[in-house]
Amino acid sequence: MDLHYDTLEQLLEAARVEDSTLSSLVLQQQAKEMECSPQSVFERMEHQYDVMTQAVHKGLEPGVISNSGLTGGDANRLAASISGNTHICGDLFTGALARAMAVAEINAAMGCIVAAPTAGSCGILPAAVITMQLEKGISKKDCVMSLFTASAVGMVIAKNACLSGAQGGCQAECGSAGAMAAAAIVELAGGTPDMIGHAVAIAIKNTLGLVCDPVAGLVEIPCIKRNASGVANAFVAAELALAGIKSAIPADETISAMKNVGDGMPSSLKETGEGGLAGTPTGQRIYRQLFGIDCDKE
Amino acid sequence: MNVFDIVGPVMIGPSSSHTAGAVRIGYVAGLILGRPAVKAEIHLHGSFAKTYKGHGTDKALIAGILGMQPDDERIRSSPLIAKEKGLAVTIIPDSIPGAHPNTARIILTSAEGEQITVQGSSIGGGNIVINQINGLNVEFSGQCDTLIVLHRDTSGVIGEVSQYLGELGINVSNFRLSRSAKGGIAIMTIEVDGEVEPFMNEHIMKLPNILRSIALRLH
Repeated sequence: MDLHYDTLEQLLEAARVEDSTLSSLVLQQQAKEMECSPQSVFERMEHQYDVMTQAVHKGLEPGVISNSGLTGGDANRLAASISGNTHICGDLFTGALARAMAVAEINAAMGCIVAAPTAGSCGILPAAVITMQLEKGISKKDCVMSLFTASAVGMVIAKNACLSGAQGGCQAECGSAGAMAAAAIVELAGGTPDMIGHAVAIAIKNTLGLVCDPVAGLVEIPCIKRNASGVANAFVAAELALAGIKSAIPADETISAMKNVGDGMPSSLKETGEGGLAGTPTGQRIYRQLFGIDCDKE
Repeated sequence: MNVFDIVGPVMIGPSSSHTAGAVRIGYVAGLILGRPAVKAEIHLHGSFAKTYKGHGTDKALIAGILGMQPDDERIRSSPLIAKEKGLAVTIIPDSIPGAHPNTARIILTSAEGEQITVQGSSIGGGNIVINQINGLNVEFSGQCDTLIVLHRDTSGVIGEVSQYLGELGINVSNFRLSRSAKGGIAIMTIEVDGEVEPFMNEHIMKLPNILRSIALRLH
């Protein structure tokens, strides 16, 4: 069966008709398109998963500090709250938050990450999938496969909206990553194609309108914490969908809405480091301190 | 677009345009010099000039000049590695009129005294465009093997080079010509499908009116 990434509904219909997981259809189609064996495409994705796993491990260690010196160590604080049993959300949920921040902090510290779909949102998908492996005992093979489902969602969003903060705001980065992660979680939990669709829709709905307003233009404040809220959103969306809760607005329409909202967003809220949090007095002060630049003259 | 455009690339953070793209600009500049550099003068423009410290753009460019790729864990410590290897680096926040906001102009000098100037822009997602070599306008992405041919601006030179590539069965995917003045020095940038071999470069160097040919092998 030919697979196209124009709409999510087409992909889900293919999975229904073939009675197959979305990930295995995507793997087969991608192998054909790249003119190599499904095994070699899988192995390449497994490499991405290994890099993600290493980033999680490194990011949870103490002593992580960003290249600018602004951020770091927060993933380790969360991990300490789990090991000290002072956390309130449970090991799965708080663990996911810690892992998302771990990867995002490693990114800011000039460590090795996988853009998923971007460097700014690189913690969300790894945190979702690795948490399913560690907390739910899902096999590594299935976790790697779920990245194909997540990628398919990302491709649909890229085709119909965009994945960059400069074009669409943070909804396009952390929002898209959350939708991709929600789809992966649903597949790993044994959900149906319909549930994947509703999870994607719910995830996008929850981040619609989120602006990209990095302080001093750096991928740190608020990006690292938005990776935590991004994976939280992914679990919220997946949990709702797995319980049979439906999104009134279909996924493809939420993606169109994201595009329209992004188009209507002023450029000061699209990765220019001007509006939103970047424009606050504290945001501006950090900017001046960091780069020794007088913002008023900019 | 494929799955690895979405879940990928594997890169050193924090920013695909300010870090990964910067590594690639430095890498191409190093390839164009073709031998170890002892001096690097790096001019930064726009967002590169404003945020290079936070994004590690300086470290990324130096790493690239030293031959590192965007996923190399040593990028973080590239200034130290440059020192060990005898590469003296100067970073100059600057303004380059009309340039893309994420642009670097790199002047590299080899131990033999050979000097080249390469200007490149990071245009998003880690993709780059090299837009000037030694002050002449060029345009190539550094994603496929490329021949950079400096020659006298006279008739028949382009024909000879393209005929030679045609004889080898090499398909040109992108071609651009730029010249300083009519009859002056001109530069061809030729991006090809497949690989550029060193022997091709040697052959092109022997053609009439060719001043220099550089083979960028990115595979």
